[in-house]
Amino acid sequence: MDVMPKWAEVVLVPLISLILAAILSALVILAIGEDPVAAVNLMITGALGSTYGWGYTLYYATNFMFTGLAVAVAFHAGLFNIGGEGQAMLGGLGVALVLLFVDWPHWSIAIIAATLGAALFGAVWAAVPAYLQAKRGSHIVITTIMFNFIAAAVLNYMLVNQLRPKGAMDPATARFPEAVHLPSLHDLLAPFGIAFSKAAPANVSLIIALIACVLVWLLIWRTPLGLEIRSYGKSGRAAKYAGIGSVRITMIAMLISGGLAGMMAINNVMGEAERLVLNAVEGAGFIGIAVALMGRSHPFGVFLAAILFGFLYQGGAELALWTSIPRELIVVIQALVILFTGALDNMVRMPLERIFLALRSARSKDVKAAE
Amino acid sequence: MTSPAIELKGISKAFGPVQANKDISISVMPGTIHGIIGENGAGKSTLMSILYGFYKADAGEVFISGQKTEIPDSQAAIAAGIGMVFQHFKLVENFTVLENIILGAEDGGLLKPSLAKARKTLLELEQEYDLKVDPDAIIEEIGVGMQQRVEILKALYRQANILILDEPTGVLTPAEADQLFRILGRLKEEGKTIILITHKLREIMDITDTVSVMRRGEMTATVKTSETSPEHLAELMVGRKVLLQVDKVPATPGDVVLDIQNLRVVDEQKVERVKGINLQVRAGEILGIAGVAGNGQSELLEVLGGYANATGTITLNGQPIDLSGKHSDGRSRRERGIAHVPEDRQREGLIMDFAAWENTAFGYHRDPRYQSGILMNNAAIRIDTQEKMDRFDVRPPHPHLAAKNFSGGNQQKIVLAREIERNPDLLLVGQPTRGVDIGAIEFIHQQIVALRDQGKAILLVSVELEEILSLADRVAVMFDGQIMGERQSKETDEKELGLLMAGVSS
Repeated sequence: MDVMPKWAEVVLVPLISLILAAILSALVILAIGEDPVAAVNLMITGALGSTYGWGYTLYYATNFMFTGLAVAVAFHAGLFNIGGEGQAMLGGLGVALVLLFVDWPHWSIAIIAATLGAALFGAVWAAVPAYLQAKRGSHIVITTIMFNFIAAAVLNYMLVNQLRPKGAMDPATARFPEAVHLPSLHDLLAPFGIAFSKAAPANVSLIIALIACVLVWLLIWRTPLGLEIRSYGKSGRAAKYAGIGSVRITMIAMLISGGLAGMMAINNVMGEAERLVLNAVEGAGFIGIAVALMGRSHPFGVFLAAILFGFLYQGGAELALWTSIPRELIVVIQALVILFTGALDNMVRMPLERIFLALRSARSKDVKAAE
Repeated sequence: MTSPAIELKGISKAFGPVQANKDISISVMPGTIHGIIGENGAGKSTLMSILYGFYKADAGEVFISGQKTEIPDSQAAIAAGIGMVFQHFKLVENFTVLENIILGAEDGGLLKPSLAKARKTLLELEQEYDLKVDPDAIIEEIGVGMQQRVEILKALYRQANILILDEPTGVLTPAEADQLFRILGRLKEEGKTIILITHKLREIMDITDTVSVMRRGEMTATVKTSETSPEHLAELMVGRKVLLQVDKVPATPGDVVLDIQNLRVVDEQKVERVKGINLQVRAGEILGIAGVAGNGQSELLEVLGGYANATGTITLNGQPIDLSGKHSDGRSRRERGIAHVPEDRQREGLIMDFAAWENTAFGYHRDPRYQSGILMNNAAIRIDTQEKMDRFDVRPPHPHLAAKNFSGGNQQKIVLAREIERNPDLLLVGQPTRGVDIGAIEFIHQQIVALRDQGKAILLVSVELEEILSLADRVAVMFDGQIMGERQSKETDEKELGLLMAGVSS
C-alpha cells in the first residue's frame, strides 16, 4: 500500500514546500532591509489584484504551460529535454514565416496555421537531438542544451540578414498584418459583459494552452501510445520485452515535446509582440523545467505550477518596479521555489510519510483495542 | 552443560507497520548445523541482518557462548566471531584470492607482511578444513563455487566460529552444492557452528541437525531434522498442506510447434552467448532447459521473445520467425502466438509503478478489445483484469493497486494470467517460481501443466533442477551456449543432469 493518501501526495507536499520557500524568501527580503509583508502584499496586488495584473500573470502562465507540458511529455519517456528554449525560438521563426509570407484573411484561420508552423519548427529542432539519442546514444541533455545555442545563432542570422525589413535598425521582423492580430482577453470577455484590462497581453492562446493540457493528459493516460511512452520511461527493459521500440518512442516523445515548446510562440510572438524579436522567449523554456518538476509531469499540475510561476514573474516585475528590491531577487525566490518543490522534495516527503505511518499504526491499534 | 554457541531471545524488529521479526528466540549448540527455512518475506534475512549488525533490533538480546553481546555494526559481529557468506558475494573481482581475504583485515600500512602472513594462515586453514583454493588466482577467473569458498575462507581468516550462509546454493550446480555441503560437514567436525538460511527443503533435510521454520516474521517451530519430513516443514512454512510434487498425467506430444535450427546469439559485447543450438518443442509438451544461470538460457528466451537478434532459423508451426529484421520485436512475437513470462518479472514482465490493470494490458495494449476509438478503454481493461485476478487467485484482488504492492507470487500470477489467457501456441516461461512462495508455486505449476494439457507447447527455463524435473516432460541441458544433451525427465535424475550442467558430456 502507498504510504500517503493521494491528496497528501498531490496537494500537501507541494504546499508545504511552497510555504518553506516563502519563509526563506521572506528571510532573504528581511536581510536586505525590506519588509517581507509589504513585498508579498505588493506581489499579490500587482499580479492578482487587477485584471491588468491577471492579464500579465495569465500571459506568462500560457508560455509556461506550453514549455512545462513539453518537458513533462519528455519526462514521461525518461528523457530530459532542456532544449525548450531553443525549440520555442524556432517555433517563433515558424510563426513569423507563416504570418509574413501568406496572406491570411482572418486570425482564426491564421492561428491554426501558425500553431502548426510553430509546432513543426519546434519539433524539427527537437528531432535532431532525439535522433542522435535514439540512434547514436548521444546524451539528450547535452545535445538539447547545445541546440539552444545553435537556435539563438540561427535566429540571429535570420533576423539580421533575412527577415529584417529594409532600413530597419533593430533585428526583428516587420509587424504582422492587422488581420492576424489575436484577440486579447479583453476582446474575448467583452461580449459577456466582463471588463478586462485592454493593455494586458493575455490572449486567445491561453485557451489553446488549456486545450493542450487536456490533450496531453489524454495522450499520456488514455492512449496506447501514452502507455508506451510511460512504460519506456519507467523501464527500458520492460518496454523491450513488450515490443515497444526505443527509437520510435524517443523520436515520438521528443517530437511532441519540441512541438509543444514551439507552440509557445503563438502566445509570445503572434499574441503579444506581433512580430519576431531576438529575445522573445525570455527564459520560458527553462522555467518549463521547473513547472514540469513542480507539477509532477501531470498536465493539471503543470497548469497550476504555470499559474504560480506566472504570478511570481508578474509579482516580481511589480516588486522591481515599486521597491528597491532588485529584479535579481525575484530569480532568487523562483530558485527557492524550484529548490524546495523539486530538488528538496524528499526533505518534506520523508517526515510526512513518517507522520502518516504513525497515524495509521495508531489507528490500527485503536481498532485492535476496540475488538 | 555447554552453553549455546549463539542464542537469541525475544528479537523483534518492525519496519513501519510491517513486523519483520516478532519475538524470535533460537539457540544453536556449538558444532551443529542449524537451518532456518521460510518463504520470501518471512523475516529470515532481517533476522540475520540483526545478527550481523546491519539492523538494530527493537527488542531482544543476543548471547554468544553464553555472554550477552551487543552487535551495533558488522565490525562487532566479526569481533564476536560471526562470519557471514552472502547470497551475492562481496568480492573484488579483479583482486586475487589472497588480496580479497586480507581486504579490511590488513595488519599495518604495508601490504607485503600482511600478505605473507595471510598466505601462511590460508594454507593452514586450507589444510585444516580441506578447502582447496589457489591464493593467487584472480576472482573473476575462478568459478562461483570457488568464489564461495573464498567467502568462507574470508570468514575463517577473521576467526569466525559461527558461520551464517544465506541461500548458498542458489548459484551452484548440484555437484558444487554437494562439495559445499562436504565442506560444511568438515567445519562442523572442527567445532564450528553453522546457520544455513535457505528455502530449499532438500538441503535442510540433507545436512542440518536442527531446523527452525519462520512464517510472517514469527518462528513457528524449531525441530530436530531427524524427526521431521519435507512435507511437514512445508506445511509449517505455508500454514497449510501443500503438494510438493507436480500432479500431472504423461504428456501426449503432437506436431512440432517450435523448431530451432543452428541458433547463434552474439551479445552487445560481441561475445557469443548461444553457440549453434538445435531444439524442438512439440504441442502438448513441456521442454525444460536446465543449466546454471548465465549459460545462454536467458539469451535464448530473449531471442524467442523478440528482443535480441540472432542468426539461424526458427520456425513456429512451420512458418519462419524474423530474427533480426523489422518483425523481430515483442509485439510481432505476440501476434504470432508466442506468449512470454520473462525471467525477471520485476524489470521486464511488469512495470512496478503501474497499476495491476495497466500491467494486464502491457504488451497487449494495442489489442482492439482494449480500445475504444483512438483511446484506451480503461474500464474494459479493469474488468478484464478483475476477471483474471479472480481466476488466478491474485491477492489482494484489486486492479488499481500498483504492481510493486503485490508479493512476488502474486506479481507472477498477474504476469502468468496475462500471458496464459492469450491462449498462445507457444508459452515461454523463465524462472516461473523464482522468489515465489511455496503456496503459489503449486498454483503456478498447475496452470502451466493445464496449458500443456490443452495441447500448447511450453518452453521452460529454470535454474531449479527440482522444478525442471517435476514440471518438464523433456529436459535439455545448456552449458556455455550449447546443448549438452537431452533426456526424458522420467529417465534421468539430478546427478546425471548435474554432470551435464557442469559441461561433462556423456
